[in-house]
Amino acid sequence: MASMRDKAGRPIVVVTGSGLVTSLGVGKADNWRRLTAGESGIREITRFGTDMLKTKVAGTVDFIPLEPYSAPALCERLAEPAIEEAIAQSGLGSRGHFPGPLFLAVAPVEVEWPQRAALAKGSGANEAVSYEDLLRAAASGRYRSYHERFLFASVGETLAVKFGTTGSPISLSTACASGASAIQLGLEAIRRGETDAALCVATDGSVNPETLIRFSLLSALSVQNDPPHAAAKPFARNRDGFVMAEGAGALVLESYEAAVARGAKILGVVAGCGELADSFHRTRSSPDGKPIIGCIKSAIADAGLVPDDIDYINAHGTGTPENDKMECMCLSAVLGERVKNVPISSNKSMIGHTLSAAGAVEAVITLMTLEHQRIPPTINYQVPDPAIPLDVVPNTARDARIRNVISNSFGFGGQNVSLVMAREPA
Amino acid sequence: MKRETWITGIGILSCLGEGGESHWQAFTDGKINFDKAGYPPYIVHPLPPMSFDAQIPKKGDQRQMEPWQRIGVYGAGLALDSAGVKGNPDILGRMDMIVAAGGGERDLAVDGAILSGLPKAGANPRDQDRFLNERLMSGLRPTLFLAQLSNLLAGNISIVHGVTGSSRTFMGEESAGVDAVRIALARIAAGQSDITLVGGAQNAERKEMLMLYEFGSFALKDAFHPVWERAAHPGFALGSMGAFLVLEASEHARGRSAKPLARLAAVVNARSDRKPDAIAATLAKLWATLPAIGPDSAVISGATGAAPATAEERAFLDTHTDIVVRATGTHIGHGVEPQFAMNIALAALAVERGTLFPSRDPSERTMTGALTQAVVTGVGHWRGEGLALVEAFG
Repeated sequence: MASMRDKAGRPIVVVTGSGLVTSLGVGKADNWRRLTAGESGIREITRFGTDMLKTKVAGTVDFIPLEPYSAPALCERLAEPAIEEAIAQSGLGSRGHFPGPLFLAVAPVEVEWPQRAALAKGSGANEAVSYEDLLRAAASGRYRSYHERFLFASVGETLAVKFGTTGSPISLSTACASGASAIQLGLEAIRRGETDAALCVATDGSVNPETLIRFSLLSALSVQNDPPHAAAKPFARNRDGFVMAEGAGALVLESYEAAVARGAKILGVVAGCGELADSFHRTRSSPDGKPIIGCIKSAIADAGLVPDDIDYINAHGTGTPENDKMECMCLSAVLGERVKNVPISSNKSMIGHTLSAAGAVEAVITLMTLEHQRIPPTINYQVPDPAIPLDVVPNTARDARIRNVISNSFGFGGQNVSLVMAREPA
Repeated sequence: MKRETWITGIGILSCLGEGGESHWQAFTDGKINFDKAGYPPYIVHPLPPMSFDAQIPKKGDQRQMEPWQRIGVYGAGLALDSAGVKGNPDILGRMDMIVAAGGGERDLAVDGAILSGLPKAGANPRDQDRFLNERLMSGLRPTLFLAQLSNLLAGNISIVHGVTGSSRTFMGEESAGVDAVRIALARIAAGQSDITLVGGAQNAERKEMLMLYEFGSFALKDAFHPVWERAAHPGFALGSMGAFLVLEASEHARGRSAKPLARLAAVVNARSDRKPDAIAATLAKLWATLPAIGPDSAVISGATGAAPATAEERAFLDTHTDIVVRATGTHIGHGVEPQFAMNIALAALAVERGTLFPSRDPSERTMTGALTQAVVTGVGHWRGEGLALVEAFG
């Protein structure tokens, strides 16, 4: 019988259920089929007009009906099927009663343009509209539903009620590392012995004009709109930015002991997590890579492993010129010469960058990679970058023997989180 | 493993000034500072005019931030100073951080110009979309996004003060503020962290923020009364504030000969459905999980003035007839995310001095005896109920 505790004496934490929604579809089966076929979910944006915009493509999820659109409403709507899939697979709890807390990575929330325009119209202002007019409209009591919808706690509250999680639901943001942070919080809570299970969810449905323009103004997005499916080009020499995308990932984390006791199927182990903040710049990594290197090293150490134990990397791999170069440099520092032989691939080449959701979406895909012993490719890799001499599993999926995997997530504000996931202990 | 956790630093600023000493003096003097003129008919508790140079020396850093971030980075710096770890790279490099945050300020002039122009941009949606895109592309400062992102308060604390052990941002109004302290405490108690910076910031002088709460009729208008006396005109007055705590494992604090202000004995919270009386029932359940509360105790309440939350909290507190209550929101307003950390800081100041400050509210009784324990309440205006227990040493 395998030990229920890790080398540090802490409860081993496993995943017993997972769920996925991306621009490739709803559910893990569909996503896996399309990911391993090297298909792209990136398409022309139709949700709003893109005249005057440099970027006109995204990995939007438009096949789930939602009216009226707002980012929190879509975040909520995308999280629901992902959570349903994860809980159903885990078989934990009963309908509407999940026996653990909710850790939710969600896009930051604010009132959006359709609502602002409705307020302006409702205020009756004729010419110049100011916030005095909007406040007057707000005070009429006719826009009461906006209060709940645009509170930061809104999405988490709704999901906590629907799925019956315990305690105070925690909504969090560590920018593009948020999904990994949600998993980290669940991992820590189980290791503390506070709970036997946690529901870790990340969701992002924020492809709207202002969010896209904000990233565009920071020159972070690909502007190669035609054809859309070729826009995301991680690690390729002609990469020119990331592609915004939507999606949700959900994981049921459980102590190994509790999972084994109830005979649950184990999808994989969350073996370790590393985190280190960067104080160099608001959007750029420290040029020496020390924070990212320290983050990856501490994740491997937290898992009780050494770098030689790692045999696949699920990259952050956004496709921005700087990220991919920096990720390569830092992995080289951690893995040494071996880095050239350890396969690394970026799911974002196919599903785009799901932002707040990415860490969990990619953790779900990483677990499928471990389960199927098959690596989804990095597509759109036509022009190798000599500065990135990595085995990026170009364009075609590949079978491989994989035991221990790193999944990286880095974000604006110096956020770095790395997860180590592994197969069930023998 | 359950390690004792100490509060070894506090960093607070509000309408009453900055720092523990000036807050203590202001509360002792019964000072209340609110403004009715700036955002009529709304009442807010603004920060006094201040320079941020002392904690954010680089003007370039200040320019990269909007006010909510400057307030927070300033408060974080005060807390690090108070704990004696400012500029200590060995400790800051492994110090953990949990920030409770909302979002940053918008450019109201850009918004207004767009809203004024939209109706004239054309009848079909595509023309309106084109107008919006064009105006946002040309009107938004590229770096404004970084002043708006929730996790960039933490990001700026890393940059300005060098706190880099870890960085997490919780979102979700009052609950985020309670959860931040709860998780920080749990991690230290379990040995997952030795020292953590936790807190948040609010800029109350924001029309878009007033608007968010006014959608639900929660923003206090027209007349100012102490929070317990707003039954006829309920609502909370947003308060500008920054509040950060340095929480530390006792053995770690001893190891560097740090002087603690108080012990953080417990933080508990829950999410009730807010049906009638749910708040009182939830607070009662949470209270029962706290360590023993002795006779030399008081409640530092985070009551906001919102209805029905404040009336229900009061009904619960009235069942504890033996314990004296102080609602700080009357003095400093409601900071939402940082409110809980602020009240823990004020509780720490009180138990450290062994005495409670007087009240300006006739419904709050005087306390003459010694104070060794303070229960901090945090009841969200819409969701979330939390309690903390702060204890004196000796």
